[in-house]
Amino acid sequence: MSTLERDVLSRSELDALVREREAELAELKAQLNEWIEAYDATPKRDASFTTISGRELKPLYTALDRADADDTEAVGLPGFYPFTRGPYATMYRTRLWTMRQFAGFATAEETNERYKYLLDQGQTGLSVAFDFPTLMGYDSDHPRSLGEVGVCGVAISSLADMERLFEGIPLDQVSVSMTINGPAIILFCFYVAAAEKQGVSPEVLRGTVQNDILKEYQAQHAWVFPPEPALRCIVDMLEWCSTHAPKYNPISISGYHIREAGATAAQELAFTLRNGFEYVERAIARGLDVDDFAPRLSFFFDVHSDFFEEIAKLRAARRIWARAMRDTYGAKDPESWRLRTHAQTAGVSLTAQQAENNIVRVAYQAMAAALGGAQSLHTNSMDETLALPTEKSVRIALRTQQILAFESGVTNTIDPLAGSYFLESLTDALEQDAQAIFEEVDALGGVVPGIHQGWFQQQIAGSAMQQQRDIESGRRVVVGVNDFTDGSGDIQIDTLKIDPAVERRQVDAMARMRASRDNQVVTRTLSDLTTACRTDENIVPRILDCARAYCTLYEIRHAMEDVFGAYKEPISF
Amino acid sequence: MTDPQRRIRVLVAKPGLDGHDRGAKVIASSFRDAGFEVIYTGLHQTPEMIVSAAVQEDVDVVAMSVLSGAHMTLFPRVRVLLDEAGADHVLVTGGGIIPESDMEALEALGIGRLFGPGTRTTDAIAYVKDWIAHQRTQ
Amino acid sequence: MSTDLPTRFRDGKVPALARAISITEDQRDGFEELLHELLRAGPQAKRVGLTGPPGAGKSSLLALVANAYRALDERVGIVAVDPTSPYSGGALLGDRIRMNDLATDPGIFIRSMASRGSLGGLATTTKEVLDVMDAFGFERILVETVGVGQTELEITAAADTVVVVLVPESGDAVQAMKAGLMEIADIFVVNKADRPGAGRLAKEIRQALHLRAGEALHDVPAHHGVDLQNVPLELRPESSGDSERWEIPVLETNALDGAGIPDLVAAIGDHRAWLEGSGELAARRRHRTRGRVQDVVQREMRRVAWASDEVRRSLDEGVRGIERGEGTPYSVARDLLALLLR
Repeated sequence: MSTLERDVLSRSELDALVREREAELAELKAQLNEWIEAYDATPKRDASFTTISGRELKPLYTALDRADADDTEAVGLPGFYPFTRGPYATMYRTRLWTMRQFAGFATAEETNERYKYLLDQGQTGLSVAFDFPTLMGYDSDHPRSLGEVGVCGVAISSLADMERLFEGIPLDQVSVSMTINGPAIILFCFYVAAAEKQGVSPEVLRGTVQNDILKEYQAQHAWVFPPEPALRCIVDMLEWCSTHAPKYNPISISGYHIREAGATAAQELAFTLRNGFEYVERAIARGLDVDDFAPRLSFFFDVHSDFFEEIAKLRAARRIWARAMRDTYGAKDPESWRLRTHAQTAGVSLTAQQAENNIVRVAYQAMAAALGGAQSLHTNSMDETLALPTEKSVRIALRTQQILAFESGVTNTIDPLAGSYFLESLTDALEQDAQAIFEEVDALGGVVPGIHQGWFQQQIAGSAMQQQRDIESGRRVVVGVNDFTDGSGDIQIDTLKIDPAVERRQVDAMARMRASRDNQVVTRTLSDLTTACRTDENIVPRILDCARAYCTLYEIRHAMEDVFGAYKEPISF
Repeated sequence: MTDPQRRIRVLVAKPGLDGHDRGAKVIASSFRDAGFEVIYTGLHQTPEMIVSAAVQEDVDVVAMSVLSGAHMTLFPRVRVLLDEAGADHVLVTGGGIIPESDMEALEALGIGRLFGPGTRTTDAIAYVKDWIAHQRTQ
Repeated sequence: MSTDLPTRFRDGKVPALARAISITEDQRDGFEELLHELLRAGPQAKRVGLTGPPGAGKSSLLALVANAYRALDERVGIVAVDPTSPYSGGALLGDRIRMNDLATDPGIFIRSMASRGSLGGLATTTKEVLDVMDAFGFERILVETVGVGQTELEITAAADTVVVVLVPESGDAVQAMKAGLMEIADIFVVNKADRPGAGRLAKEIRQALHLRAGEALHDVPAHHGVDLQNVPLELRPESSGDSERWEIPVLETNALDGAGIPDLVAAIGDHRAWLEGSGELAARRRHRTRGRVQDVVQREMRRVAWASDEVRRSLDEGVRGIERGEGTPYSVARDLLALLLR
C-alpha cells in the first residue's frame, strides 16, 4: 500500500481493509493445513531436498511466506532502486547480454591472430587469459616459469609483448577485459602504454581489469604483494582512472573464484559484496568521492547448477549493493547503486565422465544467468575439465547462449520470476545469510584480518569438504559420477601438449628486448618507482614510466616488492 | 612387520604456479580423517621444496595435485630428486587433469597411481593404505 | 639399512636424521638402544621453545627467528607440533606453510610432529626428538608447541629458553597469569603489535611481572592487606643479589613486517648468557636429564606391567572377583604389584 493511499483512506476504511486481508490469510492457512495433511500422509522419495549449498527448502511456498514482505520497497522495478529486478529499466529488450568468451594461449603473436579472427566474426569485446607466470608476476625467462610459459594463457612480460598482442587491433574501438589480479597494476600500465603507442589516449579506453586482490587471498591464490600495499595499488588505480581513464572499469569484484574454490552460494554472495565494500571504504578513506568511482565498479559471479538459488543470488546481490551504497556509503548518483555483473557458468560443475552431459548443465546455468539479469556471460565448453576446449566445443558453448537468447523466449519479459513466493523468499533468505556473514567478518575485525587469520580460506575449504562428503555419501547425485554411471568408464582426457618452442621463442624475444632497450632508463625508472612506493604518491604514473622504458613485469614487481614485501599464505585448516 | 605405533605419513603438495588448491585441501582433510599424518606444504612449491620437505619429514608418500598441464614436467622431476636424495622408497602419487596415456608414461617413470577428476577420496585412501601395507610386510 | 643408521647419522646425512626421528617418534623396536647410541655427546644445542595460544602467530615468528639465526650462520633445527585428531588419529600438519622461505636452505631442518594424544603441548616423544636433533649437531633448536589453548607446561622441560607469544586478542594479563604463563616464560612477546590493545597488554604483563617479582610490594602500604607472610615463598622478593635474577623482558613484534625480531633474538641471547653465567643452564639440564631417566623408567614399567600374560590373566581374574564381591580395585592392585615385584 502506498503512502498516498494511506493518507487518503479513513480509519474505518483502513480497518476494513486489514480485516479483509486477515480473512484472506486465515482462509489460506486453512487451505494450507489441508494440504499439509495430504503432504504428510504421502510417502516421499529418499532424497535430500536441499540446494547444492545445503539450504533446506520447504516443499511449498505460498503467500503466507510473503505475508510480512514489503515488495514495493524490496523488489521494486527494474532500473530503479533497489534494482532487485535488474540494473536497467529495459534490460534485454534494449541490449542482450554480451556473449564474451575468454581466450588466450601461447605467445602474444598467436593470441593476436586468434583475436583478429574473433573480431572478424563480429565479436566486439576481447578477453585476455594470461599464463600462470604472468598471473604471478614472473617473466617468461624466470626460473620459476619453467614449463608453464604460454600454457594456460598468453605470456606477457613487457610492453613489447602487449604491443604484439594488440598489433593491428585499434584499442580505441574494442573493449578489452583482462583477467589479472596480483600484478594487475603493472599489466594495466602495459596496456595503457600499448594504447599510447597506437596513438590512443587513455581517456577513450574501454574495458575491464579484474584487479580483485581480496578474493585472491581468499580463494584463487594468484597474489604478489601483501593485502595492505595491494589495496593501496587498487586505490591508486581507482584514483588514476577516475581522472585519466573515465570509461575504463579498474576492478571487477569477483565471486566466481570464491565459488569455484568450494564456497556456498551465500558465502560467494557475502564474501564478494563484503570485498566490494572494502574497496569502497578504502577509496573513500583516500578522499575520493564515492560517486566519482562507484559507477565504474563491476562484478563477476558464478552461475552454478542450483537454478533458483543462483537466480535469487544475483537478485539479492543487486539489492544488498544498492542499499549499502546509498545508505551506508552515501552515494547520491543512482549509477553508484547499480550492480552490473558478468557471469560465467560453473567450471566445477563439469564432469569428466560423460562429458557431453556438460552441454546440458551449461545450458541450465546459462538460463539462470539470463533470468538473474546478468550483463555478460561466458558459457563453459563441455570438455574444459579435460583439456583446452576444441573449436567445436567452444562453438557449442556460444550457440547455447544464442539459443537461449533467440529461441527460448526468456528475454522477452524482464525478471519474469519476480513475485514467485519461492523465488522472493529465497532472495530474502540469501540476503539475510549475507548480512549474518557480514557481521561475522566485522567480528573478525574486517576483511584483511579475516584473511590473515585464514578465516575465509577455512570457510571455503570447509564447504568444499562438505560437498565432497555429500557426493561420496550419495546424498547429492552427480549424474555420471556417483549415479547413472553407465558410459562413464571411458574418459578421454586430452591436454594441450605444450610446444617447448613457445617457451624458447618467448625467452629469445625477451633476450633481444633486454639487449635493445636503454638500460640506464630502465634502472632510473625502476628506482624512481621504488622511491614512490615508500611515499603515498599515486604510483600509476611511475609504473607507466617503467612500462614505456620496457622494464619487464618481474623487474617492476621486484622494484615494488622491495618496499611492499611478498605475501605469505597463512595456515588455513 | 606392521607396528601399531607407526602412522602413515603423507606429504600433500601443490607444485607449480597454479593456485587452485580445492582438490589438494579436500584430499589432505580426507587423509587426516583416514588416520594419516598429513604434512601440507601450501601452494606454489618447486620440486626442490617438495623433495626437501619429504626427506625431512620422512614421509611414506608424496601426493601432488597438478591441474596446470605441467604434470609431465613436475611428477618425474620430484621422482628423480627423491631418488637422488636417497628416498627411493617414497611413493609419488597424485591427481589432476591427466590423460590416460600420460598416466601410463608416468607409471613407467616410477610414479604411482594418478587419480583423475571425479575420484572418490575413499579410492585414494584405499590405494595408499594398500600400498603401505604391502611395503611394510615386505 | 638401519644397521648403518648411526654411522650415516654421524656422517651428517639428513635422511638418517629424519629416519632416526621417525624411529623415536614411533617408539619402534630398538629405539632406546638407538638413542643410547646417538646421545653419548650430551646436550650442546641452544634450545628455544615458543608457546602461546592459537592464532598468536608462533609459526611466522619462528620462521623469522630461524632466518635471523641463519644470517648468523647457525644451523637450525625446528620442531613444530600440531594436534592429532581425537576422532581419526590422523593429523594435518600445516606449519611448513609458514616456513616456505626456509624450505630449501640446507642449514635448516624442519620436522612436523603430531601430538598423538599428548596434552602438554608437545608430543610424548618430542623431548627425545629434540635430543636426536641436538646430537645431529644443530647449534640452535627451535620448538613450537601445539597451541590449542591450555597452558603447555611441557615446553619448560624441553627448552632452555621459553618464549611465550601472546596477541591482543588472546586476552588480558590477568588471564595470562591465571593460565600460569608467568611461571613458564623467560621472555614475553606481544605479537601483532600493530593491533589495538597490544601496547596495553605489554604494559599489563610488565606490571604483573613486577608484582610477581615483589618489586611492587615494597611500595604497597600495609593497610592494603598485603602481608609478605602470606605470599608463597617462591614469589617473595629475593633478598640476595638481584643481579642473579633474570628480568623477564616483554617485547613487541609484528610477524607481518618483521618488526621487533632483532630485539627478540637479542633477548634470547641475553637469556642464554644469564643461563650460562648463573649456573641455571646446568641446573635446567640436570633437571631435564633427571626427568628423562624417570620418563624412560616409567615408560618401561608401564610396558612391562602389562606385557606378561600372567599379569593380564590375574587382572581379569581380579576384576571378576570384584564383581563377585571378593575384594576391591585396591586389593587387586596390591596383589598385581606383589606379582610384578616378585
